[in-house]
Amino acid sequence: MLKMKSITKTFPGVKALDNVDFEVELGEIHALIGANGAGKSTLMKILAGAYGGYEGDIFIDDNKITMNNPIEAKHNGIVIVYQEVDTALVPHLTVAENIMMDYIVDGKNDVFMNWKYIRKQAKQELDALDLDINVNCLVSDLTLSEKQMVLIGRAVFHKAKYLILDEPTAPLSIEETEKLFEIVRKLKNDGMSVIFISHRLDEVFKICEKITVLKDGKYVGTFATKEMTIDKSVEKMLGRKLENSYPKIKVDINETLLEVKDFSGTGGVNNVNLNVRSGEIVGLAGLVGGGKTELCKLLFGEGNILQGEIKLKGKGFKPKTPADAVQMGLALVPEERRKEGILVNESVETNLTLPTLDKYCKRSFMQKGKIKKASVESIDKVGIKTPSEKQLIANLSGGNQQKVAIGKWFLSDAEVFIFDEPTKGVDVGSKAEIYELIGELVAQGKGIIYASCEFNEILGLTDRVYVMYNGTVVKELISEETTEEELLYYSAGGALNEKQN
Amino acid sequence: MKNKTKKKQFDLFKILYKYGTIMVIIAAILFFAIALDNFFNFNNITNIFRSVSIVALIALAITISLTIDGFDLSAATIAGFSSVIAAKFMVVWELGPVPAIIIPLVVGVLIGCINAFLIIKMNIPDMLTTLSMMFLLTGVSITFQQGSAIYNFMPLPNNGGIASGTMHEAFLYLGQGELFGIPVPVIIMLSVATLAHIFLNHTKYGRYLYMIGGNQEAAKLSGISINKYKLIAYMISGLIAAIGGLVLGARLGSGEVDAGGPYLMDAVAASFIGFSIFGIGKPNAFGTLLGALLMGILLNGLVMMNFPYYSQDIVKGFVLIVALSLTYYKQMR
Ligand SMILES: Nc1ncnc2c1ncn2[C@@H]1O[C@H](COP(=O)(O)OP(=O)(O)OP(=O)(O)O)[C@@H](O)[C@H]1O
Ligand SMILES: [Mg+2]
Repeated sequence: MLKMKSITKTFPGVKALDNVDFEVELGEIHALIGANGAGKSTLMKILAGAYGGYEGDIFIDDNKITMNNPIEAKHNGIVIVYQEVDTALVPHLTVAENIMMDYIVDGKNDVFMNWKYIRKQAKQELDALDLDINVNCLVSDLTLSEKQMVLIGRAVFHKAKYLILDEPTAPLSIEETEKLFEIVRKLKNDGMSVIFISHRLDEVFKICEKITVLKDGKYVGTFATKEMTIDKSVEKMLGRKLENSYPKIKVDINETLLEVKDFSGTGGVNNVNLNVRSGEIVGLAGLVGGGKTELCKLLFGEGNILQGEIKLKGKGFKPKTPADAVQMGLALVPEERRKEGILVNESVETNLTLPTLDKYCKRSFMQKGKIKKASVESIDKVGIKTPSEKQLIANLSGGNQQKVAIGKWFLSDAEVFIFDEPTKGVDVGSKAEIYELIGELVAQGKGIIYASCEFNEILGLTDRVYVMYNGTVVKELISEETTEEELLYYSAGGALNEKQN
Repeated sequence: MKNKTKKKQFDLFKILYKYGTIMVIIAAILFFAIALDNFFNFNNITNIFRSVSIVALIALAITISLTIDGFDLSAATIAGFSSVIAAKFMVVWELGPVPAIIIPLVVGVLIGCINAFLIIKMNIPDMLTTLSMMFLLTGVSITFQQGSAIYNFMPLPNNGGIASGTMHEAFLYLGQGELFGIPVPVIIMLSVATLAHIFLNHTKYGRYLYMIGGNQEAAKLSGISINKYKLIAYMISGLIAAIGGLVLGARLGSGEVDAGGPYLMDAVAASFIGFSIFGIGKPNAFGTLLGALLMGILLNGLVMMNFPYYSQDIVKGFVLIVALSLTYYKQMR
């Protein structure tokens, strides 16, 4: 049994954890939930020995232990898969080395690398997880979900007793999530405890036996899943009832803003036709790997357009670079925030005002006052939890980083906004706030493309939806008249099979 | 659908990426072999190897620092400095060859330590630290040897007569000797390269360096002591540079302040060309060796063709651009 007692952790300007208790039995799957910035990742990082200093005590099987560095944690059987997978992988080394990293580092092997063993063992781990990844591949060539699996493989190899998964499902497709759950259940049956963090509460209710809730760095309570409902846990997380997950203002839909015809290009985008009207939220539904991200990027001038063109307000253009696209009035909130959306080592303020810096300049000189004012406003609007606008992005919680990536575009004057999975890792309360902000944009007559693999989100938010499969749009549907099942059917290629038969 | 990216197809670019640099090397060899009668004979080949040995050693020193995502710009100067120390020991202080070999190596390691200290404790970026060290060492060598070069029977300052010590035979053997018909510098170069290769690829310490260079955060979180291995990397870098310096001094038969300087840029080029060999995409000893060889082959061939020396740099620059394009173009996509 693992027990954390009265844990307190303070960062400059932030009390991230305040007297938190946390207990996990052996062989259980235990959820840790809370809004963005509640302190989930911080608590888990302490448990994994990533922070030297903390107040409070940690016990394993009633023995008090210290947790001052990652090695101590590992010796106590605690292994973590971080929220940001890239922080734990070495991109230019092979999959085998990354899986076997602990073995290499632990010093149990000789001075010389036993390449044969390392490759063989890594392959075995992947086979046991039923994964088809070449162990000699470089990690930099893997997809996000494959990287995740490499980390889980690493933890399994370590024979961890306590496995911490910090938002593992955020980048995964439905099938991949299912596979992960299968693996997690299997590990549990082998006697491992799994601590599972997720903002997708349906998942929590699917596989967890117990739920611990944190709010603003404080311990709210631990509950048996059986005695809880999704609504009740949301209430505990936010401290209030969430009345409406999809606040929707009725807006008039007017003239066509964006028209895309016979559009093909890099990334497998193939013959896409779509249009967006003023005041309209258009969904782009599809599974992970269906080509949504590729399409969004191509529209935004990243990649080569092979065929077709884009018309914005009747004016045709072919963006060659993102700068072209911004010039024409497009904005993109990209999917992989850490790589594309934000500058991690810059302040919240700098990030928020970067795309629209022109507005806060006078004859090319930045006006500090205006920048500050705009930042403070949008921190408030998007609900970014930060001690000040000067805080570095790297010090924000994962979900709050995402909010900055989104928030900066709400300041822009673009005509059409493209959102690519913007609510990944964002808590339910903030999601509703983001939907509201999107609602405000359309009320001003803007057009929105909203790409997501979470179909309930598509149904709740959008007016119309294009379903993508294999790089092309296979179906156009009216959101009010369709169902999740129908979306799933088409996004799994159902329509094509239909035609063939 | 899921594995769209893994489609097996003939990908010209991938092949170029993997074997492009090798093809450039082979093309260069073929070209010179056809164009020049005596390019492809044993003597000339030994000649090429001998001429690249110093560049290769300095490049290997730089390569080690590159593995941790550092950059040892002072490597060439360390080499020059160590040749000066060796010469001073033998010619002026009349000490035997043993201290003249050991002390410069120790000094090389110490300079590596100082570099590492400034980088780790003072938090100065690697390139700036080693750049400062480069200036500092050049100044120190000039002061240390009181201006001119140190050579046999040199006049001593303050009318001290003629220096009575000489560069020792055993020491000169390092730069001028032959073993089974193979020049000693070549043997040293190949041994150091092999050891570096084994160290980097087949010992766990080498992997630690790559892990730190690839993702310092990940390395730290998995329990690697970053500072310790950064220190080790710079110490090894200093050591290899000092070995290069001994070979340099032995070949010249003297200690000269600026002897190391000219090798710096070629060595940097060789290390980066090394990235592109076999599409490895990261610093590696074998690639660096081939990179140095490529530079040597070009130089040798061009000289034999009576290519004006001032135009040789055009070819060098061009080859470097090709190799770097191969390395970095892929990372963009
Ligand atoms: N290194 C740091 N320096 C300063 N503040 C930090 C640091 N790390 C975390 N914080 C702050 O601590 C609080 C808790 O962050 P934490 O990452 O634990 O949240 P979380 O519950 O994991 O949220 P999310 O769901 O968004 O991932 C946040 O307010 C965050 O800004
Ligand atoms: Mg978190």
